[in-house]
Amino acid sequence: MTNILVYALHYEGAINKNSLGAVSEGAKLAAELGGEAHAILVGEGVPQDLAASLGNYGASKVLVAEGPEGLAQPVVDAMGAAISGGDYKYALFGGGLLGFEIGAGLAARLGAGVAMEVTAVRAEGGELIAERPILGDSAISEISYRSEVGIVIGRLNAFEIKETGAGAAAVEQLSFELSPHASQAKMITRGEQRGADVDIEGADILVAGGRGLGKAEGFQLCEELAGAFGNNAAVAATRAVVDAGWYPYAAQIGQTGKTVSPKLYLAAGISGAIQHKVGMQSSENIVAINKDSNAPIFEFSDLGIVGDLNKILPKLTEAVKAKKG
Amino acid sequence: MKICVLVKEVPDAAVEKRLNNSTGRMDRSGEKNLNPYDTHAIEAAMQIREGGVAPVEEIVAVTMGPESAVRALHKAVSLGADRSVHLSDEAVAGSDVAATGYALAQTLRRESPDLVLLGQQSDDGECYTIGAVVAEHLGMPSLTQVIKMDVETGALRCERQAEYGYDTVQVSLPAVISVGDAINEPRYPSLKAIMGAKKKPLETVGAADVEIDTSKVGGENSAARWIAAKAPPAKAAGEIIEDEDTAETVEKIVAWLDERKLI
Repeated sequence: MTNILVYALHYEGAINKNSLGAVSEGAKLAAELGGEAHAILVGEGVPQDLAASLGNYGASKVLVAEGPEGLAQPVVDAMGAAISGGDYKYALFGGGLLGFEIGAGLAARLGAGVAMEVTAVRAEGGELIAERPILGDSAISEISYRSEVGIVIGRLNAFEIKETGAGAAAVEQLSFELSPHASQAKMITRGEQRGADVDIEGADILVAGGRGLGKAEGFQLCEELAGAFGNNAAVAATRAVVDAGWYPYAAQIGQTGKTVSPKLYLAAGISGAIQHKVGMQSSENIVAINKDSNAPIFEFSDLGIVGDLNKILPKLTEAVKAKKG
Repeated sequence: MKICVLVKEVPDAAVEKRLNNSTGRMDRSGEKNLNPYDTHAIEAAMQIREGGVAPVEEIVAVTMGPESAVRALHKAVSLGADRSVHLSDEAVAGSDVAATGYALAQTLRRESPDLVLLGQQSDDGECYTIGAVVAEHLGMPSLTQVIKMDVETGALRCERQAEYGYDTVQVSLPAVISVGDAINEPRYPSLKAIMGAKKKPLETVGAADVEIDTSKVGGENSAARWIAAKAPPAKAAGEIIEDEDTAETVEKIVAWLDERKLI
């Protein structure tokens, strides 16, 4: 048997979208390897029906373990216990902050090989081969495993969600022991929303600002341009400027923020780090303004403008207003 | 409190990064520098020392890499570390993330740190995971992407942005913390600190000195095997406008948007 154990992150009664993608991918790969995909949820009082719902995405069994939520090391303990007591050849993660931490910790625990930022996986000769883009996505490396267990950590949004219609999965309670170091971290508050609650997911046009805006007030330029485009436009931001307190968390794009695919994504002063790219690369049209001609964002924009956004944005706002009459 | 900061030398951002096609490994020749993300970890250590809540006896920079990695250690010392340790051994060359984390953990074990700090990622391998591997081997709690850190008695109160918003986590010491780049603005080293960096103690250790089981490290023993590298699917390059005359640039942008019915 070549079974795959997939980690499913959940929060406030819903499974994370990336985890649904990972379960779907795990089910597809397990079928190719002639095994089953099992999912694992760790939390405090995980609802049975939430766990069972993963059957719809191809999990034939779901393990539920009682443990602290939102921290990686307890999940390493739970998955370590599941793998040592089960028949698993691979562990799969949908990416995100916790996926990276758990996958890496599990690799250390099991002496397992790990591939991260994986964008595609295929089965070949009874083994999995992971594809990982490297060097700013200018090359793709292929990784196989020498270890008994292989760990695959997907890039955010890399795995497609597929409902199989298989219905509810069997749910099994998993007991495990919390390792001493896993109990040394305690969640004080989780999921705090900082800044105003803005809605960017429905917008056709997003004007996104990054560190290149220079200061919090720089966002005014983005807001004015979005205003010129009209009601279907909104302002978005990068992780760096949200962490700096320049803009609300609810407007953040990327790894630990929103994933969007508007008709137009206009990036101002954004370098285009991978963590940002994963949240906006499926936008229909990407326009980037950056003064650094080497900024990675120009590698994946449809129109790139090398120049000073402080000069360009106000004039562009005027021109859009004039055009719209 | 003794703080160890893990640092790494990476190809300078100005140098084009590439792969060695015969080995599938990163070609690490060319100009090197301290991983820019690591400067935030050193700064965080300095701020704990200067904050005075817990006395910091020593800040030790630790790296693994070839001879040239000494330059990253000198930079780390110029930014505030008191001394440095360099794990240099042919046996560890080509190690994957899991093996590198094990080798670094062995090197750290000898130092018995109260806190291990590192940057959120390296500038070359784009890997955010080494902290979690090191922590597991050392049996310490760990957290990555921390953007605020307050020292409490025997613990740190850490904040970070995770999947559903900002989390505040209390982590008991000893611990392994990787810091995000939003945690601080690293200072520039003074000329005096740069000149003095080479005089600070630097210890070079081999695999045997830190009791590394060499059957677990190196390219051949790593559990993840890089089998090939290929080019990504070709994507049509976007149009680029160099802004010389802004009025003209804006006209071109508007025409481009108009053509696609985006206005």
